[in-house]
Amino acid sequence: MAQRKAGAVNYEAVIGLEVHVQLKTQSKLFCGCATEFGVEPNTRVCPICLGYPGVLPVMNAEAIRKTILSGLMIGCKITRFSKWDRKNYFYPDMPKNYQISQYDLPLCLGGAVQIPGKTLGVTRIHLEEDVAKSFHFDTTSGVDFNRAGTPLMEIVSEPDMRSSEDAFAYLTALKEILITGGVSDCDMEKGQLRCDCNVSVRPVGQAKFGEKVEIKNMNSISGVKRALEYEIPRQIAALGRGEKIFQETRRWDDEAGKTSVMRTKEYAHDYRYFPEPDLMPVTVSDSLLAEIQQLLPELPEAKRQRFVRQYGLPEYDAGVLVANSTLANFFEKAAGKNPKAVANWMMSVSDITATPIQPVQIGELVAAIDAGQISGKQGKDVFAEMLATGKSPGTIIKEKGLAQVSDTGAIEGFCDQAIAGNPKSVADFKAGNKAALNALVGQVMKLSKGKANPQLVSAILARKL
Amino acid sequence: MSLHTLTISELRDKLQRGEVSVRQLTQALLDRIQAVDGKLKAYLWLNPDDALRQADAADLTKPLGGIPVAIKDVLNVTGQPCTCASKILQGHISVYDATAIRKLRDAGAILLGRTNMDEFAMGSSTENSSWGVTRNPWDLERIPGGSSGGSAAAVAGHEAIAALGSDTGGSIRQPAALTSCVGLKPTYGLVSRYGLVAFASSLDQIGPFTKTVEDAALLLGVIAGHDPLDSTSVPAPVPDYQEKLNAGVKGLRIGLPKEYFIDGMDREVEAAVRAAIRQLESLGAEVVEILLPHTDYAVAVYYLIATAEASANLARFDGVRYGARVRGADVLETYSKTRGAGFGPEVKRRIILGTYALSAGYYDAYYLRAQKVRTLIRRDFEQAFQKCDVIVTPTSPTPAFKIGEKANDPLQMYLSDIFTISVNLAGNCGLSLPCGFTSQPKLPIGLQLIGKAFDESTLLRVAYAYEQSTPWHKERPAL
Amino acid sequence: MSEDHNRIDIEHVAHLARLELTDVEKNKFAAQLKDMLAYVAKLGEVDVTGVEPTAHAIPLTNVLRPDESRPSIDPVLILKNAPETARGLIIMPKIVE
Repeated sequence: MAQRKAGAVNYEAVIGLEVHVQLKTQSKLFCGCATEFGVEPNTRVCPICLGYPGVLPVMNAEAIRKTILSGLMIGCKITRFSKWDRKNYFYPDMPKNYQISQYDLPLCLGGAVQIPGKTLGVTRIHLEEDVAKSFHFDTTSGVDFNRAGTPLMEIVSEPDMRSSEDAFAYLTALKEILITGGVSDCDMEKGQLRCDCNVSVRPVGQAKFGEKVEIKNMNSISGVKRALEYEIPRQIAALGRGEKIFQETRRWDDEAGKTSVMRTKEYAHDYRYFPEPDLMPVTVSDSLLAEIQQLLPELPEAKRQRFVRQYGLPEYDAGVLVANSTLANFFEKAAGKNPKAVANWMMSVSDITATPIQPVQIGELVAAIDAGQISGKQGKDVFAEMLATGKSPGTIIKEKGLAQVSDTGAIEGFCDQAIAGNPKSVADFKAGNKAALNALVGQVMKLSKGKANPQLVSAILARKL
Repeated sequence: MSLHTLTISELRDKLQRGEVSVRQLTQALLDRIQAVDGKLKAYLWLNPDDALRQADAADLTKPLGGIPVAIKDVLNVTGQPCTCASKILQGHISVYDATAIRKLRDAGAILLGRTNMDEFAMGSSTENSSWGVTRNPWDLERIPGGSSGGSAAAVAGHEAIAALGSDTGGSIRQPAALTSCVGLKPTYGLVSRYGLVAFASSLDQIGPFTKTVEDAALLLGVIAGHDPLDSTSVPAPVPDYQEKLNAGVKGLRIGLPKEYFIDGMDREVEAAVRAAIRQLESLGAEVVEILLPHTDYAVAVYYLIATAEASANLARFDGVRYGARVRGADVLETYSKTRGAGFGPEVKRRIILGTYALSAGYYDAYYLRAQKVRTLIRRDFEQAFQKCDVIVTPTSPTPAFKIGEKANDPLQMYLSDIFTISVNLAGNCGLSLPCGFTSQPKLPIGLQLIGKAFDESTLLRVAYAYEQSTPWHKERPAL
Repeated sequence: MSEDHNRIDIEHVAHLARLELTDVEKNKFAAQLKDMLAYVAKLGEVDVTGVEPTAHAIPLTNVLRPDESRPSIDPVLILKNAPETARGLIIMPKIVE
C-alpha cells in the first residue's frame, strides 16, 4: 500500500494516462508500406514514410474507421469535422521533423473506461503517425524507420485515477476493449501499446492539482503500476520534507525500481502547431457512423452480464471468464449443458487457454461425469492427464480403463461378494445404521478396483439387504 | 533552319512528317547548350548520352513525342541528382519520379536536363542559387528572374523547347516576363505536387515555360490531372486546353484592378501594359475596372504564410537520412551545423521568420492573422470575377535588374513580387506572356493574365488572341 | 504592435529551427527581420472580425485511400542515400534523452 501521509497531512494521488496504440491496419497511415513487426530494419519504408524531399501524405481510410470504432466502444462523441495538424520538433526518429497529428479537432472527444466500482473519464482520442525506432550503442544510435508512419491512436485520459490499482485496471480494461474491437493487438512487448503517466499529489480535500510529473519508459502494464507505486510516495515524501515538486519528465527504470529526471520544464517543446496543408479535413457523416456502429463488438462488461443471464453463472465466475476474449470464447465453445461445471474446470487453472486443452474436451469431461461414465474423483485425474498430455477425455478414460462399471450384472456380483464378506456391516445396516452401507459400498468399490458406479452400488446393496 | 528555335507545334509537325529526326533535334539542343550555356548558366546538370538514348527511343505517336523539355532542379526524377540549388542536398539522387515527370515521360517527352533556381525556390532572381546565378539571355549582366530562372533562360535562350518550373509567389510568371517567354501557374490543385520539393504547401504549383501560348496549352494538358498521391489535387477531368484557343476575345470582359497601377512601376512597363490592354480592346474585349482592395497586404500575408509552411517543410533537411551531413558532437550539433552550413542566407532568413510566426505567443498575431487576411484576398478575386472573365496586370513592376542590384535589401526584393503573389494566395491561375520591350537596353516586358479557378481555357484563349496579333513572341535574344 | 514585437530573439528562434548561425549572421538577420516584422505589422490594420482563416485553397474533404499494402523500396537505395549506416540502421551520434 503506497504511502499516503507525510507528517500530519493526508495526500491523494491524481493520475492521468496517455496511451498510444498502434492500429492493426495492413498499411501505414500515409503510404502503402506494410505494418509488419520484426522484419529486417529499413525494409518496410518508402520515400513517403522516410520524409524524402517532395513526398506527400495520403490518409488511410481504415485508420479513420478504427479510430472512430474505438471512440464508439468507449462512449466518445465523434467529431463530425476533424482536421490534421503539424506538430513541429526535431528528433532522429521523426522523418520530417514534424509529426502529422491532430491538435484542436481530434476524431473523438469524451468517453470513459469502466473498471470495477469506478468510471474513469477519457478526454480525447486522436490519430497520428508513429515515429521510427532507435537503438542505442556506445557512441552512436541507429534508427530503423520500419515503424515510422504506422497509424497510432493517442488516448488521453482524464486525471480521474487515484491509485496505481486504478491505473492498472484502466489499462487492462482498455486493452481488452481494443482487442475485442479488432483495433489493435495491444502487445506492449512489440510496442503496439505504450503508456506515459502524469502524476501529481495533493492534500486530501484540496481542489487545486499539485504540480504534475510525467513518467515515461514503462514497458508493461505492471510496470506502470510499479512506477506509480514508487513515484507517488516519492512525491509525498518530498513534500513532507518541505521540498517543491516541479513540472518535469522522469524516466522509470524497472530494474532499479525508481524514476529519475529526464528533462525539466525549461526544455519543454514549443510545437508550433498549425493546420496540415497537405491533408484535407475529414467529415464524418451519419451513414458512416451508422456503418461503424454495426461493427461494434460485444464489449467485456456487456458480455459479463450476458454470461450471468444466459448461462446462469454467478457474477464472480462471469467476471473471471470475460477477463479476456480468448477465455470468453473458450467458455462459450465448451459451455454445453452444464456451464457451471465447465466454468469450475476452467477456473481451476490460472489460464486454460495456455494449456493444450481444447474447449470441446472440457465439454466431453463434464458430460462424462454427468452421465456417470466416471466419478467426480476420477474426473480430477482425467483433467490432470488432459493438462499434461492434451489428450481427449475419451482417450484417457479408455487408456486408463477408468470407465465406471455400470454393468449391473458385474456390480451384482461384487455386491454379493461384499455382503458375504462383511457380515458385521450387514448386521449393523439391518439394525438401522444407515452409515454401515457406506462400508459395504467401500468394499464393492475395492472389489471393482474403484470402477463401480457408486450410486448404482448403493442402490443395488440397498435392494439386496 | 535552326531547330532549337522552333516551337513544340512546329517541331511536332516536322517530326511527324519525317523532315527531322528526334536525334537531330536533341543534338541541335545539346549543341546550342554547348555553345551558350557557358555564358547563360541555365543548366545545373546535363547528361547528353542519356538525352540521346531517350531520343532514340522516342515515340512520335505520343502528344509530346520527341520534344526535349528542361526540368527545374526542384522536381524529382529517378536517378537524377535533385539539389534544389542547395548545398544541403549535394549528392542526393532521387529515388522516384514526380507525377508531373511521369506524365511527361508517358507523353513521350525527352527529359533534357536540370535547370538552375533560387535555393529551395526562395527568391525572385536566381541569385540565391548555391551554384551561381543564371543570366538573362537578353542581357547577360542581368538576372533572368526567379525562382525558376534557369528554366526561363533555357527556353528564352533556345536551350530547350520547353521547360517545367514551379510557382509559389510568381516564380514561373516573373521569370517568364523578364525573359520574354510564356509562363503559366495553374490553379492550385490542377497539377499534382507529388515529387515537387515543397516550399509552401498551400501555394506551390508546377507549370510550363514555353515559347508560345499554344505550346503552353499543350504542355499544361499533359501535366494536369488528379493524382491519388496528392491529397490536394482536384478530382476533376482535364479539359482540352487547345480546343477553344482561337475563339478570340469578343464579348470577354477584361478586369483592370486599379490597385495594380501604382507609383514606382517602371514607365515603359506601364506603357507597354496599357498598350496591350488597348490591343485587347481593339480585338473586341470589353475593359472593366475592378477592385482588389486587399492587394496592399498581399506581400505581408505571403511572407508570413509561405515562410511558416516552409519552416516546417524544410525541417526534414537535417543530414540524417539523405543529403550532406556535417557531424557534430551530438545530435543537436549535427542538426545545427548541417543546416547552418547547408542552407544559404535567404533560406535561413525565411526559416527564421516562418518559425517565429508560428512560435508560442506569436501564432495568433502573425500566422493566424495572415490566413484571415488571405481569406479576404480570395474574396476580392471571387467578387472581381463576377464582373470580368480575366484580369490583366503587369507581371513585374520593373524589367530585369542587374545582378547584385537588390542583394542587400531582401525586403525590396520581396516587394517586387507584388503583382504575382496574390494569385497564389487566392489559388487562381495566372499566365505571363511577352507584351513588349524597354528601349535602352532592350529588356522584355510581361503581361500577366489572371483567370478564374480552373478556367485555364479562358486564360489561354485571351493570351492566344493577344499573342497572335502582336510580334513579341517572334523576337529572339542576340545570344 | 509594440516595439517588443519587432525584436526577434534570434538565438531562441535559431535554436527552434536548429540553425547554427555565426555572430555576423545573427546581427544581420536580426536587423533584416526587424524590418520585415515592421512591414508585416500593417496586417494589424485589417478588420478580420468574423473572418475564417484559409485552411486550404480548395474545399475538399475525405480524401482517403484504401488500406492496401504495396511493396516497399529496396533498402539498398535508402542506405545508399544515408550519410552513415551500420547493420541496416541509419546512424546518428548517440541520442541522449
